[in-house]
Amino acid sequence: MSRYRFLDAAGLIFLGVVLAMAVLVPASNLLLPPDSALHVSDYLVPLLGKYLAFAMLALALDLVWGYCGILSLGHGAFFALGGYAMGMYLMRQIGPRGVYGNPVLPDFMVFLNWQELPWFWLGFDQFWFAALMAILVPGALAFCFGWFAFRSRVTGVYLSIITQAMTFALMLAFFRNDMGFGGNNGLTDFKEILGFSVQAPETRAALFAATAVALALSYLLCRWVVTSKLGKVVVAVRDAESRTRFIGYRVENYKLLVFTLSAMLAGVAGALYVPQVGIINPSEFAPANSIEAVIWVAVGGRGTLLGAALGAFLVNAGKTWFTGVLPDLWLFALGGLFVATTLLIPKGVVGAVTDLLGVRRKSELPAAQSIVAAAKSPAE
Amino acid sequence: MVIGGRTTNALLYLDNVSVTFDGFRALNGLSLSIDHAEMRAIIGPNGAGKTTMMDVITGKTRPNSGEAVFEASHDLTRLDEAAIAELGIGRKFQTPTVFEMHTVEDNILLALKTDRRPFPVLFSRRTPPEKERIDALLERVRLTGHRHRLAGELSHGQKQWLEIGMLLAQEPKLLLVDEPAAGMTDQETADTADLLREIAKTRSVVVVEHDMTFVRDLGVKVTCLHEGSVLAEGSLDAVSSNERVIEVYLGR
Repeated sequence: MSRYRFLDAAGLIFLGVVLAMAVLVPASNLLLPPDSALHVSDYLVPLLGKYLAFAMLALALDLVWGYCGILSLGHGAFFALGGYAMGMYLMRQIGPRGVYGNPVLPDFMVFLNWQELPWFWLGFDQFWFAALMAILVPGALAFCFGWFAFRSRVTGVYLSIITQAMTFALMLAFFRNDMGFGGNNGLTDFKEILGFSVQAPETRAALFAATAVALALSYLLCRWVVTSKLGKVVVAVRDAESRTRFIGYRVENYKLLVFTLSAMLAGVAGALYVPQVGIINPSEFAPANSIEAVIWVAVGGRGTLLGAALGAFLVNAGKTWFTGVLPDLWLFALGGLFVATTLLIPKGVVGAVTDLLGVRRKSELPAAQSIVAAAKSPAE
Repeated sequence: MVIGGRTTNALLYLDNVSVTFDGFRALNGLSLSIDHAEMRAIIGPNGAGKTTMMDVITGKTRPNSGEAVFEASHDLTRLDEAAIAELGIGRKFQTPTVFEMHTVEDNILLALKTDRRPFPVLFSRRTPPEKERIDALLERVRLTGHRHRLAGELSHGQKQWLEIGMLLAQEPKLLLVDEPAAGMTDQETADTADLLREIAKTRSVVVVEHDMTFVRDLGVKVTCLHEGSVLAEGSLDAVSSNERVIEVYLGR
């Protein structure tokens, strides 16, 4: 069964494309002359890198929603927390080059008349610590949240609503100046990452490549999880939760594990996103962001991983184009896209393509052969 | 163990169990005892409390009062569904509930008696003994030829059997089976009775059923429930000639 093979043909193609991008996009940007037709501009590199980070967030969301049936409308919170962890590191790297020239305190703290660094900023001058926190903080929040929610058997729309409330509460908290995360303005004016200028094309190319590699690794990790026996239990939870319970599985522990893992992945995505866009502020916690991520997954096809990543890429590319041409109409277009997807291709782009191939398979190939076999021989 | 002032060796022992939902007494002082390797048929009109009784035994519903004891040592009223399943109580639902998006084989695999904790499950691989168990179980519920099909594609009767197969895969000491013959053809019904009788040679089975022909096929002790408590208990002939049973359930 192709569904349970660790890597099927489609997965290999996806990995191939992502890893090829990791090499070709930076190479084209740095090596080709700007007037070449194949040159990827300095503007495009971080933009594509941003899409890749979103694709990682979409993978994380698909893991909980597509496979475990937990519709999280607050995954943007985990993404933003990862982003803040990275942002704090980047702030500390500014050092005396800030407007106020304080070697330890970020500008906004000097502005607030703070005398010393709050305890929760300690350690963020070290990259490894910030990287660790970008994973652990979202993971810890998801663990605590899930511990109570899943144990109390909060499911369905109620769970979605409290995830939404969680991200909204965090947004309000991060907007406050005395939270110590730069309030309204967030964290920005970054100078260096690991000693390299964040503005330099080489650094941006490296960040892009790192994001592409991280996306490929996340895909492998998610794929490993969903093709394991745990993956089967998780799908069983999605489709028949009480049956799974009566067979003896502690459903809440499975949900907790998948939810926490997913939050950690989202955190890594956020940490890769921030140095490429150059800012992190509380609006990243906005509920609308989390809902948008759900739309990416729905458009691409939930429960397929590939579809989630593809959806993130397609919808965001559409957004970039649309907001350039008709900025006021983007939200209508996004809403329309969601409605159209739900009505016309409920299984998303990947689901629709698979179904098409499945029809071919039934008419042309013995039923035992997999969808992948059909995908391999499109010319026949 | 001493329960309610008396000693019991029963596998399952319910004593004076009451459950109230919003003022409605679903169970009203129900007492029931199932022995090792005993099969028992439970009959009774709708609303008699048959499903609620199963809910209490499997940990889905907490009784307001009374005791539910398994193997004379486990208090079922304090355990959750997963813990009770691990003790060795398996449950088949009234409407067949299988994992429709999984293959027939994977349905059995997930039900096999193994470590249920997430991390061991994440790293587990299918072992040769597990494969043999799966093969044997599929053979027993006659689904060998369908093992690679999605469970959702099976017929109603096949789903019922798959669910029984999943129950057996758990290796339970007690099986609770809710209307196994519902929606089956006559032949399937007869086969199901055979299968349950065979299972009952080594395990205890509680069957809730409306189909009196099926109950007669089983040929076991019958308990008739009415308004949340036991109305009559004994052989099918004795119970079905009971005046009160005829009045409330069988009809004249």
